[in-house]
Amino acid sequence: MAPDPVFLSRPKSPSLQVRSLVALAVRCAGLLGLLALTGCRLIVLDPQGLVGKGDTTILIDSIAIMLAIGVPTIVAALAFGWWFRSSNTRARRLPDFVYSGKIEMITWSIPLLTIMLLGGVAWVGSHDLDPAEPLPSNGARLDVQAVSLDWKWLFIYPDLNVASVNRLVIPAGVPVHFTLTSASVMNAFFIPQLGSMIYTMNGMATQLNLNADEPGTFLGMSSHFSGDGFADMQFKVEALPPDRFSIWIDETRKGAAATLTSQSYQDLAKQSTNVAPFAYSAVEPDFFHKIVTQALPPGPGPVNEVSPGASKRAEK
Amino acid sequence: MSIAQESARRDEPYRIGLGGWGSSGFPRAEHAERSFASKRVITAFGFWIFLLSDIVMFSALFAAYAVLSGETDGGPSGTDLFRLESVALETACLLLSSFSCGVATIGARVRNNFVHYGGMGATALLGLAFLLLELRDFTDMIALGAGPARSAFLSAFFALVGCHGLHVTLGILWLLTMMAQVFTKGYRPDIMRRILCFALFWHTLDIIWVGIFTVVYLMGLAL
Amino acid sequence: MLGKLTWAAVPLDQPIPLVAGCVAFGIVGGLVVYVVVKGWAPYLWREWITSVDHKHIGVMYVFLAMVMLLRGFTDAIMMRSQQALAYRAPGYLPPEHYDQIFSAHGSLMILFVAMPFMIGLMNIVVPLQLGIRDVAFPTLNSVSFWLTATGALLINLSLIIGEFARTGWLPYPPLSELAYSPGVGVDYYLWSLQISGVGTLLTGVNFVTTILKLHAPGMTYMRMPIFCWTALGSCLLIVAAFPILTATLAMLILDRYLGFHFFTNVAGGNVMMFMNLIWAWGHPEVYILVLPAFGVFSEVVSTFSGKPLYGYRSMVAATMAICILAFMVWLHHFFTMGAGADVNAFFGVTTMIIAVPTGVKVFNWLLTMYGGRIVFKPPMMWSLGFLVTFVIGGMTGVLLAVPPADFLLHNSLFLVAHFHNVIIGGVLFGAFAGYTFWFPKAFGFRLEEGLGKAAFWCWFIGFYLAFMPLYVLGLMGMTRRMQHYDVAAWHPWLLVAAAGVVVILAGIALQIAQIVVSFRQREQLRDVTGDPWNGRSLEWSTSSPPPPFNFAVLPQIEGSDAYWETKQRALAQHVFADEPVYADIELPRNSATGVVCAFFATFLGFALIWHIWWLAAVSFLGAYATFVAFAWRDRTEYRVPAAEVARIDRENRRARRAAFAQLGAAE
Repeated sequence: MAPDPVFLSRPKSPSLQVRSLVALAVRCAGLLGLLALTGCRLIVLDPQGLVGKGDTTILIDSIAIMLAIGVPTIVAALAFGWWFRSSNTRARRLPDFVYSGKIEMITWSIPLLTIMLLGGVAWVGSHDLDPAEPLPSNGARLDVQAVSLDWKWLFIYPDLNVASVNRLVIPAGVPVHFTLTSASVMNAFFIPQLGSMIYTMNGMATQLNLNADEPGTFLGMSSHFSGDGFADMQFKVEALPPDRFSIWIDETRKGAAATLTSQSYQDLAKQSTNVAPFAYSAVEPDFFHKIVTQALPPGPGPVNEVSPGASKRAEK
Repeated sequence: MSIAQESARRDEPYRIGLGGWGSSGFPRAEHAERSFASKRVITAFGFWIFLLSDIVMFSALFAAYAVLSGETDGGPSGTDLFRLESVALETACLLLSSFSCGVATIGARVRNNFVHYGGMGATALLGLAFLLLELRDFTDMIALGAGPARSAFLSAFFALVGCHGLHVTLGILWLLTMMAQVFTKGYRPDIMRRILCFALFWHTLDIIWVGIFTVVYLMGLAL
Repeated sequence: MLGKLTWAAVPLDQPIPLVAGCVAFGIVGGLVVYVVVKGWAPYLWREWITSVDHKHIGVMYVFLAMVMLLRGFTDAIMMRSQQALAYRAPGYLPPEHYDQIFSAHGSLMILFVAMPFMIGLMNIVVPLQLGIRDVAFPTLNSVSFWLTATGALLINLSLIIGEFARTGWLPYPPLSELAYSPGVGVDYYLWSLQISGVGTLLTGVNFVTTILKLHAPGMTYMRMPIFCWTALGSCLLIVAAFPILTATLAMLILDRYLGFHFFTNVAGGNVMMFMNLIWAWGHPEVYILVLPAFGVFSEVVSTFSGKPLYGYRSMVAATMAICILAFMVWLHHFFTMGAGADVNAFFGVTTMIIAVPTGVKVFNWLLTMYGGRIVFKPPMMWSLGFLVTFVIGGMTGVLLAVPPADFLLHNSLFLVAHFHNVIIGGVLFGAFAGYTFWFPKAFGFRLEEGLGKAAFWCWFIGFYLAFMPLYVLGLMGMTRRMQHYDVAAWHPWLLVAAAGVVVILAGIALQIAQIVVSFRQREQLRDVTGDPWNGRSLEWSTSSPPPPFNFAVLPQIEGSDAYWETKQRALAQHVFADEPVYADIELPRNSATGVVCAFFATFLGFALIWHIWWLAAVSFLGAYATFVAFAWRDRTEYRVPAAEVARIDRENRRARRAAFAQLGAAE
């Protein structure tokens, strides 16, 4: 059978190309419909704090800027593909169109100008929304020290002498300054509706400033994989009205719960999953500092590890 | 015409590259096969690219050293441990070995067995001396409790300097293999290409050593 | 005697990997037995295993990539199904197992699917496009392939002996340190990557030398096909970036094996340094993957538009710009590590700058289509699918490059959707476009088209179904690598994503069917002329498959799109070029160096993983002995006599003359 050189191919029906466009449109509509149906809340786009609002505004602005470039490009790709198909006798063929200085200017300028704009947004935004940047406050501030362990979170309130595991209670409307570290491996502290996330690393302290504008309950998590129990590192964040918050602090102090000491910390630092939230009614002084400076050594790895070939030698 | 120019002309009568053909005539049909660079140029170029990649690897180790140079964890630092006399001796051995390697290359070029084997032998001995001195330094440090597991600074030190020492060891292994090759096969073109590659490798190790003794030893002792 | 290796290493308590591994190795073993029994072993040894012919090595690379794609995709099916089931439920994969699966999925897909696929295409095509007979170092090429295969073998061995890493595809410390990962999993990862990394580096050296130093007469750099330029860019990146990976993994190996303190929590180790070093390799790595794909699209779009590539010079400039900029953006992988506003902003801006040459490339492809006469064969469909999909992925990438936006979306499923968007839409679609485009050249018969188009649609629709929900999930706060979750709102989207995976599975099944059916119908689909697509570059001037020497006489190049010009002239003047003067051709001899080296490398890797030191020493000596044996060869080339060259070439010329006569008559 004779070969079928491409330029002698039979004219294709336009229906295939039209069908592809229609298929795409139907898919998009379907997805949007699905969105509406589930009534989903894109919580990242529904921030409840100053930092989150700042981050989300930049995110949405950036989406808009990029869509302005991306959508015409995609439309052009589909349109050119359809219009210049070989079966279209109306299309003008330009077999020698390989260079045009004017068009070069445009093809380089469009991306360049776009990223200049977006770059400006990124530069200003990075500085305004740097996690270490303190939030404006009318005097009230709360310090919380967060420690990620395997596989739970410890929140110490240094000025209030209480601590809490897997539950973060903060006063609404008050800027909270977090100092964070890790007892063992790298994690990331993230409350999607309140704003930025930050890594936690052993032997180092990172800084984060967040606030919740109104009272509410939010999802908190670790957003950096840290081992087998990683999926359990979720915690509830409760923003209470300031007076209710003081009540909670008092109740925790008076409670019969354990105190956070080197010994109870060592027990806590052992690997465990699915830890139900509980509180410590008192905290030894300078506790966080001891964790960061490794006066309290890093948490141990797996004990009785059954994986094959596990080394017996512990980290010196 | 110098020896280098003549051998260049012999090796690569026709070059193709940026310049293209120009107007100075086309090659005869049977020479069209050799219309690109000679094997010697290709081999050397390829080996240069490999050496550049090796230098990138050392750069990563240098970077790690720079980051960790202060992390002594309360243990000994460079000023406590480095002995400049030993380093100076090692440097002298290595630089001299580069010189003897050059002598060996010339000996191969002019097919003088005494010069070539003598040069290669001297290179091997000087390289071995370098290694033994370095090994002595390492074992002394380990005996003092300043082994690589003591602190991050020492880990970075042993890795960087040790990696260089490992390259020298492999280089000596290569050198001995080359000597055996020359002995059994003579100065064949492909053996000559390999001698060239070996020489490039050996000189590069020298350059890296210059970097090491500057960044690690001299700067380490200045802190 | 056997280091840490005991019978406990066989995971009898984990039926899924054990059964999967046994099935896989059973199939492989069965195939080997079948081949030997049928008497094909000598042919395979002579023509493929010990071949140093770039075309055969390239085919083996692509074959390895496709087989690993099946394994990596199986991991994907397991991940998606686990997440579809694990709403307030444990699912069917316990965390220890799930963690290995996503780690293996990432490692395999990037290093043993995408890399070999691209390197394979470069192997098959670049020497043909340059008009030369083989790469600069043919035996080294074979060694590179076999070392890559060794790495793949080691990772798959972890299914039945031991376990794989549970750290994710990049083994961040301290999780990957001995204290928190005492098992052999991370060691499997480390040695597999170190060994195959050597192979990849050697490929980089080989192709940089080939592209810069070996051309047909008259082919200046600016007359090279664009695929060669992107291959050059990719290989320059390999040479500059892979040594960083080697050094960094070596540091982690030293930490784990000899108690060093590069990245430990104690004694001054610095975890942040690992992030910087590994991403200093990791970011150029993704450009290593995508640049050859861009080259494929340039070739395919221009061929199937019937036009030269628009803006060749700016494409070359953009490629080289991407190469340089690839080394200036790495911190965008960890904006949330807290480096401060100035540092974050700087890297955010550089990341956006690298979007500029990429955007220019997209516009140039569109302008290549503009005014062309487009034919929608499967390679062109993949290209159009790429243009739509990659633009979306690129957009979300630029979004993530804005640090405050990244503070919300880092490590979320939005990120996962983004990088799959660009890797599948860019690299994988490029791989598929490439193999459907060059398959006839490599094997001498075309692929059946209907199945190819159906496979494309399944992949395209399946991709959107599987990954668009992940963008939504990222905006709903879901982070990656979760073995189970409690948020009800996430569940339906994960179900949709799982459905998408099923559609992709159909696509893969169709691709396999296409190869089987095409092989069965190969006589009807025979590519007689060597130019089934009306191609523009030199590879289409050879027969399909090309003879071992590629070209009977090296072609004289007088312009870019060299073959196209010659063809147009021949058609216009109804004149076929005169028969050339044939001469003897010397070709490199086959060599078992590659496969024997890899044999010892496998044992070396296995021994190091399990701390069997005597075996490691013996294997190293064996590898060294292999190298010495290779160095002691006296005859490195064999001669094809002029008469034989003439016979082969005359057949090709006859077929072409007939085809052109037919075309001339049609006109």
